[in-house]
Amino acid sequence: MPLTGKPTPRAQRLREPNSLAASANRIWGMILRYWYVIRSSWPRTAELIYWPLVQMLMWGFLQSYLATASNFAAKAAGLFIGAVLLWDILVRSQLGFAVAFLEDIWSRNLGHLMMSPLRPVELVVALMAVSFIKLMVAMVPVALLAYTFFGFNVLSLGLAFAAFFANLVLTSWSLGLVSTGVVLRWGLGAESFAWLIVFVLLPVCCVYYPVATLPAWLQPVSLALPPTYVFEGLRAIVLEGRFVTVLMLKAVALNVVYFALGFAAFAYFLQSARRHGSLVQMGE
Amino acid sequence: MHKPLPSLPDQRPPPVAVKGLKKVYRDVAAVDGIDFTLAAGAVTALLGGNGAGKTTTIAMLMGLVIPTSGEARVFGANMASERHRVLHRMNFESPYVDVPMRLTVRQNLEVYGRLYGVRELKAAIAETAEELRLTEFLDRPYGKLSAGQKTRVSLAKALLNEPELLLLDEPTASLDPDTADWVRGKLADYVRTRHATVVLASHNMAEVERLADRVIMLERGRVIADATPSDLIARFGRRNLEEVFLAIARRATEPEEDTRCR
Repeated sequence: MPLTGKPTPRAQRLREPNSLAASANRIWGMILRYWYVIRSSWPRTAELIYWPLVQMLMWGFLQSYLATASNFAAKAAGLFIGAVLLWDILVRSQLGFAVAFLEDIWSRNLGHLMMSPLRPVELVVALMAVSFIKLMVAMVPVALLAYTFFGFNVLSLGLAFAAFFANLVLTSWSLGLVSTGVVLRWGLGAESFAWLIVFVLLPVCCVYYPVATLPAWLQPVSLALPPTYVFEGLRAIVLEGRFVTVLMLKAVALNVVYFALGFAAFAYFLQSARRHGSLVQMGE
Repeated sequence: MHKPLPSLPDQRPPPVAVKGLKKVYRDVAAVDGIDFTLAAGAVTALLGGNGAGKTTTIAMLMGLVIPTSGEARVFGANMASERHRVLHRMNFESPYVDVPMRLTVRQNLEVYGRLYGVRELKAAIAETAEELRLTEFLDRPYGKLSAGQKTRVSLAKALLNEPELLLLDEPTASLDPDTADWVRGKLADYVRTRHATVVLASHNMAEVERLADRVIMLERGRVIADATPSDLIARFGRRNLEEVFLAIARRATEPEEDTRCR
């Protein structure tokens, strides 16, 4: 099919763009695009592991120290390490989503993407897949090291861990959708929003302490956030040895609502960016 | 013996139909109610000084910017609301928009080939690379290439799906004369063999004279001239398009004078 030779009929050279196969092909193309970036640079891969590892070591050593000084801490072995690992699932997954998208702005590639047949929903699916891949790259070695250093086996939480993991990842994608939408609309001036949005949740969703610790006026805010139920669930398992199903159901229900809102916000900001000409400015 | 059927008028929508197209940012009209229709196989140059509205017009043709009023239709699809019907039939090249720097040329072409739904992608990449003299660079990161090589990669990305409509924003900017000439030759060959429609925004008047069948000149978001390059040169009694461009642009800045030329 040389470019200056005899033309090939369109149906023979291109897939039908509305077919499921074409859509899957576009999503796979985007996953490959981000995977090639991860693969091309070992410092980037190391960076994915760096912060979760530092956090895990710091909280692990702190817990080891406290265990020698207090009965509660000795009884609650694994509480801090478990909390920090779960918190990092939320952070790394959200950053994995947002930073993959930022790569296209940094490389001045967004204009090409946005005028290609790639649909917004396909871009979102690809970003979710890539955030999951980055999460695995970051957290699997850190979880293994947590077991090696401190004897904390995250898989010992069993099905509860799967429920915690799924809920945190869903929340991270909702945050990723909002943050990338904001960057689409306001450009790189809003980049820090994508980096920082998740940390707003840190004090409110009670990663290291129970909801009852918060002042009464702040508790409803905390209870409106899905991760709060995950961390409450972790404490119930570690301290009381029981899995509280209702906490997970509440988290799932809230996550469904937030994910729908996140996607609506992304679609709204994309449309707003097209109205304000932001996509053209970012592409140049 | 059957009598030959009378030929029917072409019922297909034109590649590009722009009607009353307007884009206002705050209180500034970047594009101010322009109309034009492009025939299949025509190369049309959008000319104008900085801020004339060329980039905004092209962005509305791609559906990246939604018009304030009016419409831009490509192959019959309103690009504000139904652009995904036709995006696979068009493509875009500009030295101001890159492909990912860390990916190799082959990886970039693979990604874009998938986005555009190109069948037999490996063969298409190999043949496009051969055609654009990129074979030896296929496994080199895009970010490590020279400006000329990058332009060829960008062109390969733009031609990989064999677009029926090609939007080019200063395709030879920052290239040395030899490479620029070679790129123009490739584009001219592509248009001739594929009967492709091209919208070309350029500040290089020699390029426009060589490639374009028609020139639409914009000033402050309005069409101030619309003719073939030779008609414009003859009508203005100038030696080349560059002199015409300067004459029209300078007249256009005088507020009361009608500079329309159709």
